[in-house]
Amino acid sequence: MNAALIANESLGKFSREGFDEFVARRIDPVWLNETRKAAWESFDAMEWPNPRDENWMRSDLRGFKLDKFSPVDETQALEQTAAPVRLRDGVDVGGALSSVNGLVISQSLDADLAAKGVLFCSLSKACRENGELVKKHLHSLIDSASDRFAALEKAMWSDGAFLYVPRNVVIEKPLHLHSSMLEGGIDLSHTLVVLEEGAQATVLTECSSATEQGSGFHCGGIELILGARSNLRFVSLQDWGQKVWAFAHQKASVGQDATIQWTVAAMGSRFAQVDQQVELVAPGASSFVNGVMFTRDRQHLTYNTIQRHSAEHCTSDFLYKSVLQDRSRTVWRGMIKVDEGADKTDGYQRNDNLMLSDHARADSIPGLEIKADDVRCTHGSTSGRVDEELIFYAQTRGFTRREAVLMIVTGFFQQIFDRITIESVREALGAAIARQVRQVD
Amino acid sequence: MSHTLKIDNLHVSVEGKEILRGVNLTIHFGETHALMGPNGSGKSTLGLAISGHPNYEITSGSILLDGEDITEWEADQRARAGIFMAFQRPVAIPGVKTADFLRHAATNVRRPDRKEGEDLIPMRDFRKELKSKMEQLKIDSEFARRYVNDGFSGGEMKRSEILTMAMLSPKFSILDETDSGLDADAVRLASASIAEIGKDKMGLLIITHHDKLLEHNPPQFTHVMLGGRIVETGGAELARELHDHGYERIRKTYPEAEAANQEMLAKEETVSA
Repeated sequence: MNAALIANESLGKFSREGFDEFVARRIDPVWLNETRKAAWESFDAMEWPNPRDENWMRSDLRGFKLDKFSPVDETQALEQTAAPVRLRDGVDVGGALSSVNGLVISQSLDADLAAKGVLFCSLSKACRENGELVKKHLHSLIDSASDRFAALEKAMWSDGAFLYVPRNVVIEKPLHLHSSMLEGGIDLSHTLVVLEEGAQATVLTECSSATEQGSGFHCGGIELILGARSNLRFVSLQDWGQKVWAFAHQKASVGQDATIQWTVAAMGSRFAQVDQQVELVAPGASSFVNGVMFTRDRQHLTYNTIQRHSAEHCTSDFLYKSVLQDRSRTVWRGMIKVDEGADKTDGYQRNDNLMLSDHARADSIPGLEIKADDVRCTHGSTSGRVDEELIFYAQTRGFTRREAVLMIVTGFFQQIFDRITIESVREALGAAIARQVRQVD
Repeated sequence: MSHTLKIDNLHVSVEGKEILRGVNLTIHFGETHALMGPNGSGKSTLGLAISGHPNYEITSGSILLDGEDITEWEADQRARAGIFMAFQRPVAIPGVKTADFLRHAATNVRRPDRKEGEDLIPMRDFRKELKSKMEQLKIDSEFARRYVNDGFSGGEMKRSEILTMAMLSPKFSILDETDSGLDADAVRLASASIAEIGKDKMGLLIITHHDKLLEHNPPQFTHVMLGGRIVETGGAELARELHDHGYERIRKTYPEAEAANQEMLAKEETVSA
């Protein structure tokens, strides 16, 4: 059903002519130009996701029309929008980067960090100025053949962020990244983070639209590459306008004794489907992923997560929690994959859903795929309607109904907040959640 | 201070079944009333109806607080007006610290006009007050950081309810079997705490089977409920009689109410079967 609906639509500006025009207006190094062309060919040859595909069978793409959007090329001049920024309040940042419609419009980095060899800049710029370094890592994790959106992103990403932290360099202050979208705009962007051995960084990323009800199209990629003994705290707040269609592939590769703490908060967009994968590639690697989804109206958010253990003695810990209002829907598919020989694996995944409305629906599909013998993998999920007795109890203590619901929701997310080590992020998420809670009947 | 809670010919139904069949009761500030009666007679229902539970439909009669008709009020409005109930089995709220919960509750109850989002009682002042109340009630200070009723033992739940009562200082408190499920020491502690917090500082309606609670809180009035009505009212001696001899005399004296009680119990069993 979905496939047919999209396949019959015109590609509009995402046709071959559109692509040729897009690359002609860019100033890319030859290798990148070739990569884009190859990705375009595979995009062109692929079908839209098949609704029988396990990853897409719960996704309702009716209403998504690619030809309503146009690629953004580097010749366009864009200015800062009124799109809200939430993660920077009271945070002393070491660098900041902001983009509009997928084009970087401002970037900064503390001089002492630059002096240590840290790079934090527009990805397009990095391709031109640090080509060899970028080429080695860009699209090295995401499989562009996995679906048509991945191929489109690889072919036509307009800009994004590149962070490179050299060996043993520790960045104390968080780096901030804000992507915004104009009404009806698009964001085809890529974030590439490379931490060399022993490096440490905290990256706060967020995206939002110029208006709360903004429409648009996001097709993005995130690749996080952690060298041995490195440590990355990566936060992403997805707060696109309520009419945005969002598709993303996000993947981290965690090296020996390295640690990633990845916090995801998804509140925005009409429809969002994210494939998130953390691969533990060398012994001693650890990953902690915290996911918060808070939906309303007819929002439909999907997270397909994979925690992949390809080496022994690694730890992965995924906790996703969603609160659903109105007629919204969330889908969480979690998979722990343990490769042959990845013994002493410690894998954990959990998904809890709290429905504030009888019309909301949460699908929770945990899974295990284990090919090693000596592993400990646990998973679980719960879903339920908010308990009226809790609301009544709080009301007898003077809470209004809305205050009671907000308190119960905050309590529900507390387990995740307890795992977030950055205070400003906890506060910003708490405030964002409070804004979303509406009167519950 | 003079406050009055007046229950006037109250009829209450749950899921279409009538449970209270005309309850009349007047409590003045500073008085202690005991409410006794066999299982299924409607004691907890009266408490929940006064508190404003949405599933307890008041089909006729009224609840008046200082002459104002609060029958149609939401539970939170009643709480802010000074009505409190200590629950038999309070629910747990995971992830919400007892101190945070009580701070918000105390702010709303003390400032009934507070709008959502307005400032709470300053953290420092609140902590100080909470700490002293907890010391007074011999509650471990670690309690404040635990999640509301989450994983609490029976005794901890009851003490938490008494602590809440202390922080909210209501005009009228309904204590629903605050002594049930506790061992002798815990009952003594709860009884002494209620006396310390509640005596002369509010109107108390104590729903109980025990005499221990009433020993520390001697009632001026004892009401006996049967078949959804208060069939008899006396003094402290009535509570003692019921404790010593049970409800045999009451059942015989009020055969109509007894029949209604049996009927309600039978329905209850049908529903739960």
